[in-house]
Amino acid sequence: MKNRLLWPLIALGALLVLNLVFTPSFFTLRMQDGHLYGGLVDVLKNGAPTLLIALGMTLVIATRGIDLSVGAVAAIAGAVTCVHIGGSGSAGTAFAGMALALVLCAVLGLWNGFLVAGLGIQPIIATLVLMTAGRGIAMLVTEGQIVTVNNSAYRQVGAGFVVLPTAILISLLVLGLVALATRKTALGMLIEAVGVNPQASRLAGVRTRTIIWTVYVFAAVCAGIAGLMISSNVSAADANNAGLWIEMDAILAVVIGGTSLAGGRYSLTGTLLGALIIQTLTTTVYTIGVAPEVTLVFKAVVVIAVCLVQAPKARAAFSFRKVAVS
Amino acid sequence: MTTLAPPSRFLPVLATVGLFVLAFGIGSARYDGFASGQVVANLFIDNAFLIVLAAGMTFVILSGGIDLSVGSVVALSTMVTASGLRAGWPVPLVVLAVLLIGATLGLLMGLVIHKFDVQPFIVTLAGMFLARGLCFLISVESVSIKDRTFRDVATAAIELPGGVTITYNVVIALLVVAAAMYVLHRTRFGRTVYAVGGNESSALLMGLPAARVKVGVYVISGLCSSLAGLLFSLYMLSGYGLHAVGMELDAIAAVVIGGTLLAGGVGYVLGGLAGVLVLGTIQTLISFQGTLSSWWTKIVIGVLLLVFIAVQRTMVRR
Repeated sequence: MKNRLLWPLIALGALLVLNLVFTPSFFTLRMQDGHLYGGLVDVLKNGAPTLLIALGMTLVIATRGIDLSVGAVAAIAGAVTCVHIGGSGSAGTAFAGMALALVLCAVLGLWNGFLVAGLGIQPIIATLVLMTAGRGIAMLVTEGQIVTVNNSAYRQVGAGFVVLPTAILISLLVLGLVALATRKTALGMLIEAVGVNPQASRLAGVRTRTIIWTVYVFAAVCAGIAGLMISSNVSAADANNAGLWIEMDAILAVVIGGTSLAGGRYSLTGTLLGALIIQTLTTTVYTIGVAPEVTLVFKAVVVIAVCLVQAPKARAAFSFRKVAVS
Repeated sequence: MTTLAPPSRFLPVLATVGLFVLAFGIGSARYDGFASGQVVANLFIDNAFLIVLAAGMTFVILSGGIDLSVGSVVALSTMVTASGLRAGWPVPLVVLAVLLIGATLGLLMGLVIHKFDVQPFIVTLAGMFLARGLCFLISVESVSIKDRTFRDVATAAIELPGGVTITYNVVIALLVVAAAMYVLHRTRFGRTVYAVGGNESSALLMGLPAARVKVGVYVISGLCSSLAGLLFSLYMLSGYGLHAVGMELDAIAAVVIGGTLLAGGVGYVLGGLAGVLVLGTIQTLISFQGTLSSWWTKIVIGVLLLVFIAVQRTMVRR
């Protein structure tokens, strides 16, 4: 396990060192009005939605699935909440709206689970349906407008502080809960069993379908919470652009963290590292002063590098060469 | 016993063609001026690039892979075209450069997928990021195309009998479809694509050049994407890094609606064409309707995808 996390750790370390060289103030933390500020806090805060979605994605990928619809689900969550809140400023409306949105997300997760586990459709395609239709649904909810709200209770989710930004605390809480639920019980092993061989695990008495269903619902709810964060941070719901391409970032985070897309094993710590790498990379590009759009090139390079380092065939090729040289 | 019924393997394509006829029929019955030759011609004019993309995507999906990079390669191609022309390169050189870039990107992705056994999904996702990032590396702004020759080709209209006009884009797209059909259905390479998609191990054991095909389909897809990018530059007369966002999904949707199995091994180039026409007709219907907003297009495409996948699923089970 340690060996598998070594490369992501090195990559993250290298990025942080790079930041230290370019902006020495990157690592300074300061307290102001009881709130913690600093470069590292920014990385964690901006990376919180990606981390949340990546957590859900990790479990889905561990069952040999994939969920492309999370970005659209995040957009729907933000849209539903903002439309529900409307002009109201009361905390009660905000919580009701968020609860409504998360329940709806769970239903969307059930739908994905139904397509994958119930009808046996390939996960990529099953979730592609909601990825395409989902943004349409979000726009239907907001009637194509960007809905802005002014609700202090809602703002707390994405922009609030409890010493640290609330977004960080929420995502770390979810990370802790998932780690407890899957690593301290047999659930994690069952999920991996489904990923290795669904047929065999079913014959061995694992409730394969229920597990697949559960992970898709969990992924959708995570996406919903992330959607709330994104929309709350700007106090608006943008059906078109909220969470755009976040599914790709989440999948990247999971893959960089050493979870195989072929399913059967996963690492939550790896996913955390992966999400941090992606966010640090984005922040680094900003601070170095390269046009932010060019981040994509760096992302591509990192993905390919990490994938090649982890690919068994590439490893074999490298070690072969080492032997040949010596 | 001889029957007039078509072989069952053509059924998915025929279903899609039927859907196209049905959608078009509904449009003709409800709206004046829908059932005209020009509306059909416009379907081809407005979707020429998508037709080319779908043809390339069919190869990849038939071989059991997927190519998420096509939309970004289209954007990169428009960018290279626009900035190349702005720098004063002659048109043939620009065309050659664009096609070379597309094919090279495809080749690189194919090699990584094949040599290192990394999932096509991840590799082409990286390709998607790379191509879009490269666009912005060239220019963050939109670059308009002012080259005289290029504009002439873009605006030239070909008169067809019945007063219908089409553009050169349509001719190129249909030529690509014809070439793709020839390669896929009439050459050894094409047969091998089906064999690899059906069962790679069997194809290998039969001594078929599976490696060449697995890399080749991505080169074809890259080439088609860059060609589609050229058509898109003719259509938009500009290059921009945010062109064709999400077009890979349209291409995949068109191919799936056209009856190609995502598991690989089953499907036809013509299916992709029919799929594009169905998507185009839905868009035309919604624009004719007027009160329905454009986001309904997305929902309808999602529902169609669902229906076709569910139908495919039951057919495969049988």
